[in-house]
Amino acid sequence: MRYRAWNRPSLGSRLAAYAVLAFMHLPVLVIVLYAFTTADRTYEFPPPGLTLHWFAAAFARADIWDALRLSLAVAAVATLFAIVLGSLTALGMARGSFRGKESITVLLVLPIALPGIITGIALLAAIKGARLDPGFWTIVAGHTTFCIVIVYNNVVARLRRLPQSWIEASMDLGADGWQTFRRVVLPQSATALLAGGMLAFALSFDEIIVTLFTAGHDRTLPIWFFNELFRPRERPITNVVAVVVMVVTFVPILLAYRLTRPADERG
Amino acid sequence: MRGLSTFLYRRPALYLLLLLIPPLLWFGTVYLGSLFTLLTQSIYAIDEFTAKVVYEPTLATYRQVVTQPANVDIILRTVSMAVAVTVACGVIALPIANYMVRYASPRARALFYVGVMLPMWMSYLVKVYAWRLILAKQGILSWLLDTVGLGAALEALLRIPGVGGPSLSASYLGMFVVFVYMWLPFMILPLAAAIERVPESLLQASADLGARPGQTFRTVTLPLALPGLAAGSVFTFSLTLGDYIIPSVVGAPGYFIGMMVYQQQGTAGNIPLAAAFSVVPIVLIMIYLTIARRAGAFDAL
Amino acid sequence: MTAAIEFRDVSRVYGDVHAVDRVSLAVQAGEFFAMLGPSGSGKTTCLRLIAGFETPDTGSVLLNGRDVTADPPYERDVNTVFQDYALFPHMSVLENVAYGPRVRGQRKDLWQRRALEMLDLVQLGQFAQRRPAQLSGGQRQRVSLARALINQPRVLLLDEPLGALDLKLREEMQIELKNLQRRLGITFVFVTHDQGEALSMADRVAVFNRGRIEQLDTPRTLYTRPGTAFVARFVGSANVVTGELAQRLSGHAQPFAVRAENVRLRAPDVAAASDAMTCIGAVADVQYHGAMSRWQVRLESGEVFAAALADTAANGDFTIGARVRLEWARADAVPLGSAEAP
Repeated sequence: MRYRAWNRPSLGSRLAAYAVLAFMHLPVLVIVLYAFTTADRTYEFPPPGLTLHWFAAAFARADIWDALRLSLAVAAVATLFAIVLGSLTALGMARGSFRGKESITVLLVLPIALPGIITGIALLAAIKGARLDPGFWTIVAGHTTFCIVIVYNNVVARLRRLPQSWIEASMDLGADGWQTFRRVVLPQSATALLAGGMLAFALSFDEIIVTLFTAGHDRTLPIWFFNELFRPRERPITNVVAVVVMVVTFVPILLAYRLTRPADERG
Repeated sequence: MRGLSTFLYRRPALYLLLLLIPPLLWFGTVYLGSLFTLLTQSIYAIDEFTAKVVYEPTLATYRQVVTQPANVDIILRTVSMAVAVTVACGVIALPIANYMVRYASPRARALFYVGVMLPMWMSYLVKVYAWRLILAKQGILSWLLDTVGLGAALEALLRIPGVGGPSLSASYLGMFVVFVYMWLPFMILPLAAAIERVPESLLQASADLGARPGQTFRTVTLPLALPGLAAGSVFTFSLTLGDYIIPSVVGAPGYFIGMMVYQQQGTAGNIPLAAAFSVVPIVLIMIYLTIARRAGAFDAL
Repeated sequence: MTAAIEFRDVSRVYGDVHAVDRVSLAVQAGEFFAMLGPSGSGKTTCLRLIAGFETPDTGSVLLNGRDVTADPPYERDVNTVFQDYALFPHMSVLENVAYGPRVRGQRKDLWQRRALEMLDLVQLGQFAQRRPAQLSGGQRQRVSLARALINQPRVLLLDEPLGALDLKLREEMQIELKNLQRRLGITFVFVTHDQGEALSMADRVAVFNRGRIEQLDTPRTLYTRPGTAFVARFVGSANVVTGELAQRLSGHAQPFAVRAENVRLRAPDVAAASDAMTCIGAVADVQYHGAMSRWQVRLESGEVFAAALADTAANGDFTIGARVRLEWARADAVPLGSAEAP
């Protein structure tokens, strides 16, 4: 237990901590507020009035629906690839040591360690070099790469916590490798897999940095959003879309967190 | 099925290969392949007159990047912003991470962890956009400062070259604030994890020997939590170094590396220059990673 | 008669370390066999080699005469009780116990009945629907026992199963396990670092040191006739006499061992018995152990001798610092093989 009398925090440090926490969340609340404003040209605060009009307007825009559909499709496919490839990697890397294991670990960190722009321009160079047409599959290719890393990190952490004795016990009692996987390994790591998949989905849905390079003429929802930032036609609609995006990514993230909560709560 | 299982059991190398070849194949072709293509592009140059790429290896493009004063300016500007953001994030993250780990009750701790994690995973663009709204000329921040009478101070701040700009939402100061906001969770989480790894018994021993909480923090917690700081700084540094969206959306007129890369491959069609420019952050980050590794960042990642 | 388990020149090497160094042994069917030794001595690795979790680098492992060296664990007629019990937390106690039959495709009503029978055998029938996390350490141990035995293996392997239990529980389980083994008649192979446990439960004990078996004998023989200095010190902590002192006392250079309880204390001036070895020293420490006390006596030549004697009035004279003469019968000096320091 950490809450001890001898170790009571000063009022200042408590205020500071909560202040930073609030700082991290206020901008989001601001967006939500602006989605209801009646002003359509400026960002004035306080908002002159509140309305639901922009929600209806956003609903009617076909380009928004197209972008949304594309984003969902890309996220779904990229997540699927990532789950398969990420799990395979995790299973291979969870235990044991072999030549090249360290190099593979470094390789798997690169998509996150190097800025997105590097990945983006590298992919663009490759697309142009291979004389491909940027489109749905190039977007998916870019997203899958870092989605694999997300799934891998989640699953490998869980697999490494699985006591080796469980696997040995299962084999000792008569189950072969496949049965052990199905009856012991999979049930124990299913939540990590799911959590990784959901985080990957959220990340792919929201991705802009790499997608700007690999999308060509297609527009995912973040790309639509990005364009609106520079040539806004109806500002509050942008706010509405922002709220929608937030809600859509909020759900899988929260679920993923609940799934990977420490094991002491899962018995 | 059992036969296949036993077959693979007796050949662990084959089993490993079967597991790792599909993902490695993907990574190899898509990721490494494109990185390699990028590097090869950077050793070509663009012909000034035809605006086409000349496929002859040359260092001219690199020379362009590191010698032309405008380009050097860009690099310096980006690096100084990255350093400033990293320092600021470290300073802000320390008290909250320490509070989260050491002082908060279990329920508050859960709240803090979720509270820090959520913004990290939330939509990047939405967050940038939110700040655009907040920093806008008639936006919340201006309104707030005007109400408390600090409006004039803000104007003065904005007139400082290198810090200010036409308005808060188009200034280095604004950019700095947004960067710090965006990467703060990336600094807080590894730092909190590192602080958590400092055994409570050490803190108790320090208090037992007569140190006040502030002293204990400075002499015991901080040095031991350094790997966490190093790990977090890797993120803040490299993310700032390569970002091109925030400088465009909340940016002063000066260019950043990321913006150069984006612009050169887009309208200018000068892929070699864009590639050469992007090698700069790669090199800088590699250097930073080796420094950070010495500070123990890899153990804290 | 075919041995239940046989090792032929088995080695297991990790880098430079020989965890198991050319070990050969044979365990008879129906035997309660113990593998004793300090940590890192190779006893656990040998157990894992029998179970199939490790493959030897050289040599072969035979079960009932058949070479199983290349067989995976699920093909060997051997079951293991793990040190951490290894119960699957996402299954109930019943499902855990029935795991073996389940993976072999047995019908649900059949495996349910058999699992309940096994649970009754270890007196845990009413816990069938609980989860392992809800049981105490001792109960979990019995579940893992039931889970292993339901498959009616020819050999049961136990990897330090009593280490995590408190003293009272440990002693109860020792008796229970011995009874169980006698009743079932199957071969038990038991790994432990506790020599008292090995001596009280096993029919034969293999004493391991640095990857090799130093001695394989019945408990009584190990205790009364240790073969090497290591065994003498590890099993029952005897006094090991080497070098000059050995030469002086016995007349030849070969090292020998004397059990502490065979050493008597005498006043320095009392004459020594004929045909006894004797030497002079001063009492360095006395430890009270209830029925017996343990004296540490420092000889003039520097070595420390231990004497374990009953707590009588006569022995009470020998307090710390007192000069004392140590004496033991020549027959109690057991000559040792290679005197390697442990």
